[in-house]
Amino acid sequence: MCAMTSDTPHVTLDSLDVLWFQVAGTICNLTCQHCFISCSPTNKTFGFLSLETVESALLESVAHGVKEYYFTGGEPFLNPALVPMLERTLEFGPVTVLTNGTVLKDEWLRRLRAASETSKYSLEFRVSIDGPDAERNDPIRGERTFDRALQGIRKLCEFGFLPIITMTQTWDDSENEAVLSQFRQVLRGVGNERPRLKILPRIRIGAEAERTNGYDEFERITSEMMDGFDQSQLLCSYSRVVTDRGVAVCPILLDSPDALLGATLEEAAEEFPLAHGACYTCYQFGSICTNPSTKRQEHG
Amino acid sequence: MMSREDSPPRREVFALFGGIYSNAPALRAAIGDALQQNATRFYCLGDLGAFGPHPDRVFPLLHEYNIETVQGNYDDSIGNGLNDCQCGYTDPRDNHFAQISYDYTLSKTSEPNRRWMRDLPKEIRFECAGLRFLLCHGSPRRTNEFLWESTTSTAFLDRLADDYEADVILATHTGLHWQRELSDGRLFVNVGVLGRPANDGQCCVWYTLLTIEWDHDTAPQLTVKFRPVHYDHERLAAEMRSEGLPDEFVQTILTGWWTTCMEVLPAKERLRGKF
Repeated sequence: MCAMTSDTPHVTLDSLDVLWFQVAGTICNLTCQHCFISCSPTNKTFGFLSLETVESALLESVAHGVKEYYFTGGEPFLNPALVPMLERTLEFGPVTVLTNGTVLKDEWLRRLRAASETSKYSLEFRVSIDGPDAERNDPIRGERTFDRALQGIRKLCEFGFLPIITMTQTWDDSENEAVLSQFRQVLRGVGNERPRLKILPRIRIGAEAERTNGYDEFERITSEMMDGFDQSQLLCSYSRVVTDRGVAVCPILLDSPDALLGATLEEAAEEFPLAHGACYTCYQFGSICTNPSTKRQEHG
Repeated sequence: MMSREDSPPRREVFALFGGIYSNAPALRAAIGDALQQNATRFYCLGDLGAFGPHPDRVFPLLHEYNIETVQGNYDDSIGNGLNDCQCGYTDPRDNHFAQISYDYTLSKTSEPNRRWMRDLPKEIRFECAGLRFLLCHGSPRRTNEFLWESTTSTAFLDRLADDYEADVILATHTGLHWQRELSDGRLFVNVGVLGRPANDGQCCVWYTLLTIEWDHDTAPQLTVKFRPVHYDHERLAAEMRSEGLPDEFVQTILTGWWTTCMEVLPAKERLRGKF
């Protein structure tokens, strides 16, 4: 929920380093219990992006000096134009696709392997699995999704990719090391010899707010908290999201009425109020959406 | 008196050394090679300590050859006695090895050398042949920003060149050398590092020779050469062992493959390595 007060700090867009594409809108073949924008096969709050929209945003992004591009949804591979979009984007810069890994086809991966080899830029796949076994994963992501996602990882490895596995933490901090260790073993079992793992915090909005609990009123960023804080840790200071309904501030807050900022990147450059509970999580963990290779470091 | 038209072509050769990581023998060999290549100016882009043995052995070489040096994140940390190297790893294994290396370097760097590092500039700027040069550690905007070849768009580098008013940007920090031509004849070069091999299965390390040639009626010509440096890496490995540094570090020196701090590598760079 948005809870703007006179004490709510605002964040300016310092530099548009990262451009996201909400390429599958809120449409997904899965209905994960913790999805912060409640994606499902029937949630059409946001729809698919067209190749033309992506092309137009890519051309606009050059003048802004965008450093890298991310594709998310929903499940990006449900969009029939995804493969040509990724091929085209690799001509502009590095690309990361966030997928649940359950719908990958050999034909697509063959084309993407070729595009990746031709490009000077990296094509990263980030596959979401929420634990090293079906017992942890399936109650959240759906029956048999653990096995299906593992097969997706096997396929990605067979095509020469090195996927980054992201897991939303639904266990205690003290279990992290054991979970990572078990995960590495499981991944080696499907041919992923060099596991790359990233733990994500839960974002307690959307479906997750109903599964567990949402944010308390006190879980908001205040002006005092921003005093001395490096605002470049927050995604909204260096990123925007292209959706079929305009450009939004970040991929997490899509359902918030104030998230859509304008029709173009230029229009969406305005500052944003950190009035949401999810902003509090971003403040605590910093750069949760970007890859480790471009994670923004403090200090420096 | 010679007229402007008669003035002879001019030439400068810059030797650019990236992260030294306490590898004094490699720095000595690189200086020797650069002298043979007729280098006229020497620069170091920071990260003097880390990874290798006996950090204080690097400083006399920098002073002896008047090597102008930029402050790296490691130099900032060691100079100011911070708790870590500011590389920002999150993988527990990477953090484990980074901390061993950091604690060793902090305890073995003398107070005068720490003071010297503390006062190093974050960037060096100058003009040559009418071109504006900017030397930094990670990126012009952030000392510890990783600019990997495969995750840095040309549009972004053009923006940096615009925003920081530079025709040639020279950086290091990632450990891998690469270059990119930018718009309007501008150039970005990651000069590589002397501290450890380039994760390519070779034991040599790398530095950059940048040659600028110009005269009164032609635009300056820039030539970048990445130079491999062969040095007594087996002796360095033996010294690392006798100092009790992790075998994982020693193996990198002996095999040319990185074994630690892999988390930050993008897919393309990671796939080129063995681990």
